[in-house]
Amino acid sequence: MLPIIQKEIVEKKKWSTNEEIIDCFAIGQCTPGVIAVNTATFIGYKKKGVTGGIVSTIGVVLPSLITITIITMFFKQFQHYKVVQYAFGGIRVGVIALISNTVFKMFKQVVVNWVCIAIFVAAFIFTAFTDFSPIIMIVASALVGILRRWDSIKVEGEGVE
Amino acid sequence: MIYLKLYFEFFKIGLFAIGGGLATLPFIRQLAGKYGWITQKQILDMIAISESTPGPIGINAATFVGNITAGVLGGILATVGVVTPSVIIILLVAHYFIKFSETQIVRSVFSGIRPAVTGLIAAVGFEVAKVTLFNVDVISKALSIFDIKILPMLNIKAVILFGVIIFLMNKYKKHPVTYLMGSAIIGIIFKF
Repeated sequence: MLPIIQKEIVEKKKWSTNEEIIDCFAIGQCTPGVIAVNTATFIGYKKKGVTGGIVSTIGVVLPSLITITIITMFFKQFQHYKVVQYAFGGIRVGVIALISNTVFKMFKQVVVNWVCIAIFVAAFIFTAFTDFSPIIMIVASALVGILRRWDSIKVEGEGVE
Repeated sequence: MIYLKLYFEFFKIGLFAIGGGLATLPFIRQLAGKYGWITQKQILDMIAISESTPGPIGINAATFVGNITAGVLGGILATVGVVTPSVIIILLVAHYFIKFSETQIVRSVFSGIRPAVTGLIAAVGFEVAKVTLFNVDVISKALSIFDIKILPMLNIKAVILFGVIIFLMNKYKKHPVTYLMGSAIIGIIFKF
């Protein structure tokens, strides 16, 4: 995603600079929602205000919306065929391998100390063995993050005043 | 009203699924349990379709679930729902604080959320692996009569394929579609 944005938006159209795009990715990663969509909204807003933000968001969403709608229609039609069922039987195993790989990579990157391990384990257990909403886990873990670094947050707040 | 429900459930997902990529997964799984809109297996099909087409997984997931549940209009509404909160938030952030991502408080929040999201995704992986790699019925039967035999519990074909893919993925690092295509062919040949 990042290389395509750089080529199209920075080099070809010159709508934005490389630094802005990198900032934008940082913001996209720490706000809720899909990063590609966040980036599109951000650049659109920078160029043409709220309308620009909304129009570029529609632009980035539309291709997947159309593609997936068409694929789902086919999928509903053909999912009863034996061949399709066998193919998806194999594919599901492939997907589990993909998820495992992603989790493994994220774990290595993110879980760096005991607090992180505790949060990881709690999130895993609550989600795998209870019906707790993931929303509760997200909010609770955000609070843990804030409490843990309360001192440095306070220092920054005083610095601003 | 199913359309409104789809819009608001996906609005919530758009608001709380933080961290990109598979972060929407735990929420979709919860929807599967709560409303029965899609099955565990369809979640895996959805990821496969998402990985094999361009476009972000969060968007693809919304379109897929909406479509399966309530047709084309359902797909559109779920997609609009998942996008709405982030558009509002980004517009606010872009307007008010450009240095947002560098503030201590945002960094602190993320130091907590990231491991939680990893745990949430791991749990979904575990849930779907249970259905696919193990024969759950055999396990519960075996446990109930205390006659535990390991082999019938595993779906041997699936476990072998799983191991091979993990190995190949770490050795060659090709695009995910390559492995999914391979799995589809293996699935057809060996009747998964």
